[in-house]
Amino acid sequence: MATLLELSIGYALVCVLVAMVLCALRLLIGPSAHDRVLALDTLWMAGMLLALVLGIRFGTQVYFEVAVLIALVGFVSTVALAKFLMRGEIIE
Amino acid sequence: MNGIADLPAWAALPVALLLFVGASIILIGALGLLRLRTFYQRIHGPAITITLGAGCVLIASMLYFTVAQARLVIHEVIIAAFLLMTAPVVSMLIMRAAVYRDLRARKADAGATAGGVYTIVEAETPASPAPGKE
Repeated sequence: MATLLELSIGYALVCVLVAMVLCALRLLIGPSAHDRVLALDTLWMAGMLLALVLGIRFGTQVYFEVAVLIALVGFVSTVALAKFLMRGEIIE
Repeated sequence: MNGIADLPAWAALPVALLLFVGASIILIGALGLLRLRTFYQRIHGPAITITLGAGCVLIASMLYFTVAQARLVIHEVIIAAFLLMTAPVVSMLIMRAAVYRDLRARKADAGATAGGVYTIVEAETPASPAPGKE
């Protein structure tokens, strides 16, 4: 059963990394600015999930705090970027 | 608690299954972000990543640490609640910005319609003497 868990953790790591590559591709080729913001938000989320999977892999709780920080900073940055796209300035 | 080798089988099986399902769903969401055609279809791709994929991985992490440390470790609930609160907010903000920018740029093929609100302004604009006004 431990080998099954190892296999599934490896599969999850590969899947999350491929998802991050796809998000980075959309970030590069995105035709409009809001496409890029959406791709960046998804990239933040994939990074947070990567930290969670790494936490399961190494069995430490440190990666949980990494995931919390990535989620918080990702939310704030996406809101700031969306507000910038909408109004042209962030703090009015 | 050191490593994944000494996890009992009844806990390793659901953790592996949840990780498998969650990772597949994350990949499907990112694939939708890349493959769909317009932006308004594309914004539905990451929604499945944030809700279902992240939920599966968070439940797997909770289950793994609860069994591995032989106590109740549920502080992944913080991330889950935060994601469930912020994902609609982020989605709505990006969507509003996209609709605003598409209408502003008069991009009719992008799929954003104003619901007939701006048609009066559109009809009046050629007749108005000031060409620079929006």
